[in-house]
Amino acid sequence: MAVRFTLTDTPIVPAVEQCHLNDQRAGGYVSFEGWVRDHDDGRAVTSLDYQVYPELALVEGERVISEAYQRFDILCARCVHRHGELAIGDLAVWVGVSAAHRDAAFAACRYVIDQIKDRLPIWKREHYLDGKSLWINCQNISVEANGKEIAQ
Amino acid sequence: MTVAMAIDRTVAKGREYPPGATVTIRVRYFAVLREERGMEEELISTGVATAAELYDELRCRFSFSLSTERLRVACNGDFVPWSQPIAEGDLVVFIPPVAGG
Repeated sequence: MAVRFTLTDTPIVPAVEQCHLNDQRAGGYVSFEGWVRDHDDGRAVTSLDYQVYPELALVEGERVISEAYQRFDILCARCVHRHGELAIGDLAVWVGVSAAHRDAAFAACRYVIDQIKDRLPIWKREHYLDGKSLWINCQNISVEANGKEIAQ
Repeated sequence: MTVAMAIDRTVAKGREYPPGATVTIRVRYFAVLREERGMEEELISTGVATAAELYDELRCRFSFSLSTERLRVACNGDFVPWSQPIAEGDLVVFIPPVAGG
């Protein structure tokens, strides 16, 4: 079976990825592009690094795509995730799904990006304008008396 | 620092600790764990029975900040439960909270 989830440390080219979705039965395709934004949680971000455990990410990524085929009436689904150092505005992740009808394509595309974000062993370190950097989601969380979670 | 250098240095440590060790495994680190440990991978000799016990031991030894509730664990390239038995030659990877996408 063709590989449908890939990792790359070079820029993602959506037009190239889109070629793999061509199918004469398709009525259209939906794609999602995740970009590096210049702020997070009120802090100015200058760049970021993605670190990946490639062996496991490839296995889990293929699993996510397989689930999308099982759950939705789609023709083709693909995802590519970048790793290494990225600059503001860079394309970090691309998901594309073609289908005969749009409802399935939208739903499957949403499913794939949500699961990729939730399950793949990929980590993001943000570098901030003040010179500090942080591995996102990896802080120790403590809960204040009012129930508000604060990162330490 | 190369992985090979990291392994060489910690093999020596592993022979000293703990006494009565029964298996030698590889542990690979990512993200905040790699930063806290200061290396990508090492050999560990240990007498623990499960992945959960292994993390508890390493957390004591290296003062990792995250508890098992915040982590998942993979063995030999796929996710496993924390109750996974640890066997000679395993590659164990603790998965900090992810942030892809």
